[in-house]
Formats: sequence, C-alpha cells, structure tokens
Amino acid sequence: MRRLTVLLAFAGGFFAVAALLRRTTGRGRERVDLYYADGSMQTLTDGSPDLARLLGLAREAIHAARA
Amino acid sequence: MDAAQAIADLTEISSQIESVVLLDGKGAVAGSTFADDAAATRFADAATALLDASESLREGGEALTQLEAETPEGSVFVLREGDRLIAATTVPDPTVGLVFYDLKSALRAAEDAKPKRKPRATRAKKATEAAKDDA
Repeated sequence: MRRLTVLLAFAGGFFAVAALLRRTTGRGRERVDLYYADGSMQTLTDGSPDLARLLGLAREAIHAARA
Repeated sequence: MDAAQAIADLTEISSQIESVVLLDGKGAVAGSTFADDAAATRFADAATALLDASESLREGGEALTQLEAETPEGSVFVLREGDRLIAATTVPDPTVGLVFYDLKSALRAAEDAKPKRKPRATRAKKATEAAKDDA
C-alpha cells in the first residue's frame, strides 16, 4: 500500500512538472501560421527569414488595434 | 444579420477576441469593434498589409485563406472568404481553432445578411396588367 502511494505521488509530481514546463515554454512564442485554399499549412518559426517581417506587421496591427 | 450584429455576437461569445474588423467586397469597413472609423481603417490596413506580405511568400501557388501571427503581446488573425475579409486581435496564447471557427461563423453570418435580389414578380405583374388593359 505504501509503495502504491509513493508511486502515485511520483506520477502526480511528474505530470505537474510536465504541465508547468509546457505552459511556461508555450508562452512568449513567436510564429506565423499560414493556411492555404488547398488545405495545406505553412508555419514560420525561429530561423525563418520571413518571420521577422511578418511579426513586425502583426505588431503594427496589434498596436493599431490597442491605440 | 448585418455586420454589426455579427460582430456583436462574436465578441459576446468569445472572450479571447479583443478587436475585430470586417471588410466588404470593396475593401471598405462593414463593421468593427472600434469606436471610430479611422481606428477601424488603421487596423484594417495593418491587417491587410500582413495578409498581402504573407501571400507574397508563395508566389503562383494556392491562395492564402487565413493566417495567425502569434506574438507575446497577443495574436492577429486574418481570414478571407471570397472577396470579404475579417481580421481580429486576441489575448496572448488563444485557442487557435476556436478563434478561427468563431471568425468564420461571423463572416458567414454577415454574408447571409447581404440583400438578395428581388424576384421579377413586379415586371411580370406589370405585364399581366398591361395585357388586361389591352383586352
């Protein structure tokens, strides 16, 4: 019984840490997802040369909306 | 349902959406959450510039229908259907699929509100009346 309790506590701790990590690393992401008429999708993430330009335009839109 | 009502319904059901603008087929603002037209036009221009820049990435390929640009400050969504367009900003880390669904629903609701052509009953009625007069 004691072994089972320790095992459950360990599993609970593992999932809690995993969830916390996923939540913190998910924040502050910068990316652009493009969806096309044929159903295909393109994701621009770090390393993409066009990402900075599109994110600049996105920030302009956000600032225009919140001004 | 007109564009203003579609946007009012949209902002009521989605707490993640902060601001929205809906453009008609001529690129004019058909409805928005902004207090004045100038602010709506500024945001619409910025969103359209983002869409145009994104579209230029795939020259000669399939048309770009929707996009999401995610920043730590929030996200920008732009969705196009036919010649109409809806753009929105959201809080950071939104539920992407849900926001796209809500925007698409609002765009279609506003589309349904477009006035339909009147049937040609008036002309037929006039013809009938003219025939009666002749008889």
